[in-house]
Amino acid sequence: MVNSRQIFIAFVCAYVLSCLWIDEAKGHAFPAHSDPKVGATVASSPVSVRIWFDGDLEPVFSTIAVQDASGKKVDKGNGRVNPSDAKLLEVSIPPLPAGTYRVIWNVVARDGHRTMGDYTFVIK
Amino acid sequence: MSEALSRRSISAAWLWLSVGLSISLILLMPVYSYAHGLAGKRFFPTTLSVEDPFVSDELSFLISHIREPGEGVEPAVNSTEISLDYSKRITPHFGISIGESFLHLNPDEGKSESGFGNLELGLKYQFLTNEEHETILSFGVDAEIGGTGASRVGADSFSTISPLLFFGKGLGGLPESVKFLRPLAFTGVIGPNFPTRSKNVITTLNEATGEIEQEVERNPVTLTWGFSIQYNLQYLQSFVKDVGLGVPLNRMIVLVEFPFETCLNRGCEGQTTGFVNPGIIWFGKSVQFGIEAQIPINKRTGKNIGVLGLVHFFIDDLFPKSLGKPLF
Repeated sequence: MVNSRQIFIAFVCAYVLSCLWIDEAKGHAFPAHSDPKVGATVASSPVSVRIWFDGDLEPVFSTIAVQDASGKKVDKGNGRVNPSDAKLLEVSIPPLPAGTYRVIWNVVARDGHRTMGDYTFVIK
Repeated sequence: MSEALSRRSISAAWLWLSVGLSISLILLMPVYSYAHGLAGKRFFPTTLSVEDPFVSDELSFLISHIREPGEGVEPAVNSTEISLDYSKRITPHFGISIGESFLHLNPDEGKSESGFGNLELGLKYQFLTNEEHETILSFGVDAEIGGTGASRVGADSFSTISPLLFFGKGLGGLPESVKFLRPLAFTGVIGPNFPTRSKNVITTLNEATGEIEQEVERNPVTLTWGFSIQYNLQYLQSFVKDVGLGVPLNRMIVLVEFPFETCLNRGCEGQTTGFVNPGIIWFGKSVQFGIEAQIPINKRTGKNIGVLGLVHFFIDDLFPKSLGKPLF
């Protein structure tokens, strides 16, 4: 006769199997790579900062900004999730003088999970 | 008769547990879910030996194998344990957990034994999450329910209650001059374990003399304390310096865990057992894997190196709008 503990174990096994069927696109969105790269030193001012994530982003709740060393915002204010690539967060920047700049991002993945971060790059 | 009643009540408890989990599985409520193990940009993984400081929806399978030293006339034992732990958030910062383990003991002398350990229940309240300082503080109570496991594999007949304080701290705020230390983080736990019975009286019949003999086994209060040191390669790659790490290194965390237990009274005051567990963790979007060596810190703990393996599911990522979100 099947006892209740065996029912519990069967339930857990079924539950784990169901977990394996879940769409991999879900979950927190973390950066995969960026341009300029995290911590990089570049020879001239880039025209934009782009971060590719490992999951699709919600455009309405995802933001990106670039600041100079004093904390002043220097981007063009057009940060967005690329309409043709939901994994790409980007913002345009004007020609910038040499210095250290900080990229600050805050994104919400398609399933509602929020992640945030920042990094610096240097223009020679 | 009391044994039959006890078995029936344990059986009923398991049945209610199954029903409760089944109902929660089919509940589908379309609202947002919240993050697990995150404080700002810091991701704290679920660790293998030291209980993690955050509240989350998660399901863990932990397997361990080690050779345990003999005690007195007891022979050394090759011990293999498979543990299951399920945690569920009731509110975004308050969660409950339930755990069960299956043990296989293979002693040097005598026959091997298998069976379930005691049922383990837990509550945890994450009362501080500071994103800027990558800090988490939690308070919890764990309870091992005596008599729910098999005594042949060492499950205690008494319960143990453990109020615990947890912490997690990332070093992301370190200055630029030591930026490569920013991926470091620490987690830890401390708290006493109170047995509900101070001693066990074991009565046996001495077949040689025909006399009944009694042996008193004392159940001391102990202190659980431990910490982990983690170096997160994903943090390095995403927030400090892109050093060109590819898959799977860009999702790995190198860590060392230090789980200890110190006896506080009843004849074994000050005696500490524990391990140093170096290992690695890889985390994906909905699952995490981990493996660690278990190195005993002293002869009392043992002299053989064991191994731990973890398969862990992020239920809040797998079912963000149903089972993986807080109930309230």
